[in-house]
Amino acid sequence: MRWAILQFPGSNCDQDCLHVLRNVLAQDAFYLWHKETDLQGAEAVVVPGGFSYGDYLRCGAIARFSPIMAAVKKAAADGMPVVGICNGFQVLCEAGLLPGALLRNRGLHFICETVNLRVESPASLFTRGCTTGQILRVPIAHGEGCYFADPQTLQELEWNGQVLFRYADNLGRVTPDANPNGSAHNIAGIRNLAGNVLGMMPHPERASEDALGSADGKVIFENIIEWFQPGALAALAKAAKAAQQSAAATAPMPA
Amino acid sequence: MVPTMTSSTKKTSASASSSPATASKKSAQSAVGDVPITPELIADHGITPDEYQRIIGILGREPNITELGIFSVMWSEHCSYKNSRLELKKFPTTGPTVLVKAGDENAGVIDIGGGWGVAFKIESHNHPSAVEPFQGAATGVGGILRDIFTMGARPVFLLNSLRFGDIRGDSPEAKHNRRLLSGVVAGIAHYGNCIGVPTVGGEVVFDDSYQGNPLVNVFCLGVLRHSEIRRGKATGTGNPVFYVGARTGRDGLAGAAFASRDLTEDSKADRPAVQVGDPFMEKLLLEACLELFKEEEAVVGVQDMGAAGLTCSTCETASRGGTGIEIELDLVPQREPGMTPYETMLSESQERMLIIVRKGHEATVKRIFEKWDLPAAEIGMVTDDGMMRVKHHGVTVAEIPARQLADEAPVYRREFREPADLAERQSFNFEAFGESTDLHADVLAVCATPTVASKRWIYRQFDHQVRVGTVVTPGCDAAVVRVETDDGWKYLASTVDCNGHFCWVNPREGGRHAVVEAARNLAMTGATPIAVTDNLNFGNPLIPEIFWQLRECVEGVAEGCRFFELPVTGGNVSLYNQSPLGPIYPTPTIGMVGVIAEERHITRSYFQRAGDVIVLLGGFGWEVASSLYARELRGMRNGQMPEIHMVRERLLQEAVRKMIDAGGVTSAHDISDGGLAVALVESCIAGATAPASPGALGARVTLPGYLRADIALFNETQARAVLSVEPIHAQTLLTLAAELGVHGEIIGTVEAGPLAITLPDGRTVSWTLAELEESWGKSLAKEMDRV
Repeated sequence: MRWAILQFPGSNCDQDCLHVLRNVLAQDAFYLWHKETDLQGAEAVVVPGGFSYGDYLRCGAIARFSPIMAAVKKAAADGMPVVGICNGFQVLCEAGLLPGALLRNRGLHFICETVNLRVESPASLFTRGCTTGQILRVPIAHGEGCYFADPQTLQELEWNGQVLFRYADNLGRVTPDANPNGSAHNIAGIRNLAGNVLGMMPHPERASEDALGSADGKVIFENIIEWFQPGALAALAKAAKAAQQSAAATAPMPA
Repeated sequence: MVPTMTSSTKKTSASASSSPATASKKSAQSAVGDVPITPELIADHGITPDEYQRIIGILGREPNITELGIFSVMWSEHCSYKNSRLELKKFPTTGPTVLVKAGDENAGVIDIGGGWGVAFKIESHNHPSAVEPFQGAATGVGGILRDIFTMGARPVFLLNSLRFGDIRGDSPEAKHNRRLLSGVVAGIAHYGNCIGVPTVGGEVVFDDSYQGNPLVNVFCLGVLRHSEIRRGKATGTGNPVFYVGARTGRDGLAGAAFASRDLTEDSKADRPAVQVGDPFMEKLLLEACLELFKEEEAVVGVQDMGAAGLTCSTCETASRGGTGIEIELDLVPQREPGMTPYETMLSESQERMLIIVRKGHEATVKRIFEKWDLPAAEIGMVTDDGMMRVKHHGVTVAEIPARQLADEAPVYRREFREPADLAERQSFNFEAFGESTDLHADVLAVCATPTVASKRWIYRQFDHQVRVGTVVTPGCDAAVVRVETDDGWKYLASTVDCNGHFCWVNPREGGRHAVVEAARNLAMTGATPIAVTDNLNFGNPLIPEIFWQLRECVEGVAEGCRFFELPVTGGNVSLYNQSPLGPIYPTPTIGMVGVIAEERHITRSYFQRAGDVIVLLGGFGWEVASSLYARELRGMRNGQMPEIHMVRERLLQEAVRKMIDAGGVTSAHDISDGGLAVALVESCIAGATAPASPGALGARVTLPGYLRADIALFNETQARAVLSVEPIHAQTLLTLAAELGVHGEIIGTVEAGPLAITLPDGRTVSWTLAELEESWGKSLAKEMDRV
């Protein structure tokens, strides 16, 4: 599957997303500079985290005017999967692809830590392989991640099952204490009504390898791959196993 | 805050420039000529009469105001190390892995194998942070990052070493210190988080000696292929000189000179000398520079504009290249009109670089910087006459031999004298050290002291995971970061350490301690140290007792480095760290980098599972004088520090690495501040918030009957560690340790909870995990969240 990772001036999780998609998930991933106007054959778009345009004016507020965003909006309207992570979520809200806004964290500090995400619904292409109530350990790192929307929008998000992830405690309980930034309804991630655009403050790319303490976030990318190309993951796993076996067959036995 | 010259009212070297600023309404040439060089003006620039004569000797005439300003910043301690240079020569700087030596370039480079190297360095921003903590700390981060990517390396992580006065209580001092800490942490977070380089660890110490003069030392490491190393040399007569990055403004004027004075009540008036950082600009500059460096042919030399800005970068690149350099100030991108040559040359505006481009490749530079929407201007060229020549409207306003300016600053051999009260500092009245009557309370109190307590309130404000490389997150003995090379992943461990109190009691032993402690911290993660960078923070070097401390600390650090065969790759000297309250503790901060041979060796400092056996390596110890417990809970500040036994240290560290390699070690934590008690508490609960959290765990530990409980729990005898091991491997590992000359004993087991310690008299004291979390885990946050 071909993935475009947008690069705005100030994006700083672009390299991380490329690493995970390319090296961990064996995807065809490439950087797409914000001054471009064409998606160059991408089948999915990642709007990565960082500080696009230095967060000047408002997080994500300037990035939405970048030339590439017109192409992203069009592709999203046509049903292409679009994933906005952290600053990418802010960009998607500013661009009108997702409802609501991200405000300064309650407590006003930047927060970097690993949190528990409760999967609210498997009914999306991003969560289709998960179960309701499943806990994912995924890091957050943001100063402006307090999700806000007017009561009616929140009501609609809930009714339509658009809330995909909520901050929860170790047991999966959605409590005020488990809410790191004051988000409405403990919301950590939402999708659009059509179901092809995801915005989330936590960083699944930072939780896609066991070496970094958690590989729980990888499932979100895997779900997209599997949705796009049923059987793709089984094929990947088979290829990886075969590669391992052939390596083992040629490698000398350890002394 | 945007500093302007007009807000400076004090007579300082910075305010001297207000005269040419006024004069600039006339023509530039008369502005230069108009300012008479009086003895007062010379003194205001921090230049002694002898130094002035030396300047006249170099120029063969009197300098004008611009030249005087240029000499004053280049010959400040900050840029020239004129007071410390002779001492710095004592450090070992060579070794088979050294690719770029200390002092040769902006940062040293060390080989890590497979054709890859690491560039790293530590630098202070103490004075700016004292008067403007947010921008002071932020620009400190910006400066050290530029030092690293100037070398051609991609910065991959940051550490910091911070020191403040006490933050507890409601006194005006405590409130001020909390404000400083908040500001510094926010400043580091602002810069590091935005640019996307993770801040993965560090140390934070609180002590009254830092009241009024906090220390902010920032460390950065970058990785690069050997072939990608860039030099700060201006070679090739006729090659164009490019200025890239942010425009020059009137900020940070003469910051280097400001950093080379004592802090006083009037230092607030020096706020205009503090620069303002823009991490977004630096991110663009970083990416643009690294993109340009890929065009191997295009770049001859590169140097960042840090302290002393345009002045330092032009004369140093010319000096290294054995050439001259000529620039026209009209071509320098400027933020505001009407800047005088003096101001332009001395500005310390951030996020700027000087690039010497190979003739014919100008278009490449312009194309790349245009892509990143950054100014790039050709401002001059390399010449062959050895002069640094500065023009303004076509008129020469400064003409100085580059090499003499950059490399021939005066070098001083300062007077030194052992402090008269040294014996008193080292005396400890053991009679007065009665046995503790409430160990339960004592352990909680020690854990709650800000120096010991969890720094989570701080590091959770730092993005410590961006770049998906942080394997061991903050809160362990050392940070572990993986870096991708052509050889696959390499695992780097890194730490910053120093115990200023030990250095105050015994500077030579304190210097050795800083090195062994850093090496020990690395060993606990499974790493073998490869090199050192140092940040020497001291008071006023003109005071003989202070200079004695500096000499002794340097000797100690040098001895430690020689013993562990670690080259010093460079660093920073920060003097004049004293306020009206007195000098700071001598603080030679050591930054150390190690390599972990295999991924399976990576070891964390907290217990991993109930049922594991707890092993104490190096015995129960006895040296309680100068310990954190004696100081904080008993008010006994004096006392000889624990003995540093180099051989024992090496044996311990080697044993820990071998035991980890043998398999079965699940955690390793060294014993330092707060002794065995703190090591146990941290082993139990420090992992509760880690990404792959084992949760908080407890332990059951028994102290042998022959010990005095409080001494056993809180002494800080060196060369010791607490390990947890799988029960099945315990005997094998203890035998292995014994073979390696290290005494190991099983002192208990890891349990679900609580932490229970059976004392020598048979009583058991226990602490619930919630109690420990409340004191060790939350104390700092509770102090900082006070109004």
